[in-house]
Amino acid sequence: MTPDDEWDEGTPERLYILTGGRSGPEEAGLDLVTLIVARSAPQIGMQPEHESILRVCESPLSVVEISAHLKLPVSIVTVLLADLLAEERVEARAPAPSLPDIDIIKAVIHGLQNL
Amino acid sequence: MVSRTFETVAGPRSEDTLPSSATSAVKIVIVGGFGVGKTTLVRSVSEIRPLTTEETMTQASVSVDDLEGIERKSMTTVAMDFGRISIDDELVLYVFGTPGQQRFWFLWNGLFEGALGAVVLVDTRRLEASFDVLGRLEESQTPFVVAVNAFDEAPSYSDEELREALDLTDDVPLLVCDARSRESSKGVLLALMRYLYSLAMTSEAT
Repeated sequence: MTPDDEWDEGTPERLYILTGGRSGPEEAGLDLVTLIVARSAPQIGMQPEHESILRVCESPLSVVEISAHLKLPVSIVTVLLADLLAEERVEARAPAPSLPDIDIIKAVIHGLQNL
Repeated sequence: MVSRTFETVAGPRSEDTLPSSATSAVKIVIVGGFGVGKTTLVRSVSEIRPLTTEETMTQASVSVDDLEGIERKSMTTVAMDFGRISIDDELVLYVFGTPGQQRFWFLWNGLFEGALGAVVLVDTRRLEASFDVLGRLEESQTPFVVAVNAFDEAPSYSDEELREALDLTDDVPLLVCDARSRESSKGVLLALMRYLYSLAMTSEAT
């Protein structure tokens, strides 16, 4: 058995390596539903996970959807996103204003009624 | 990491992409015990096929599920399903179905912070599974409604009986739904939103 055969994609060790050992970047202020949009195309030589994020975010996509598509925990995705935000390769759209916001509530009611 | 391969990520299907005008998103959390129909409800209202996000939790456990009672380090994968509804060109609503056990909630930092509110989904055969959840939501001051998922084989109770069993005050909306039905599930979300509207109006008036 080669060492590669023992490599389990889901182990914390792998996740640790993906983020260079960093944990959740609170300062990035990313919510599960913060919408992310790519600002540049993937480039050769990028970390594959960064590249994947840029590819799935051509249109706005929430942090949690990125996590689901990349099959990586949100806690890891936020670290990867912090890198891309710092390099201005992605943009995080402003979160909804603080709650309860009556206009948002009205908009959601209206939207649900039209489903 | 010489030979690690990274499988190609498919990403959202083209019909599932959000318009570039989408600027902000809000969330509603569906909380309930195992098998109560959270994912069914999410699927009923979602415009995309429900997606799953997973976190791993490492813990030293002598848990109730551990029949031998042997202490060992275990890794648990906890999954959360969610769906999406485009409200208009700019606003998107995400609906999360999260496990009822509060010990899992911390895995998704800020799941409840900034949430519009919550739906506690209840199975009348396992009312006691909801007690803890209701208490936690009250503590965290997350507004919620209670929806009874009416399983065919489950006993039905009057509103009064349910309110008493769940220790619900009269102001908390209580409704019966069929999580398999889109209309019914939509009604649950609307009941929560109308409740939030009434709360917001009351707080504005004072």
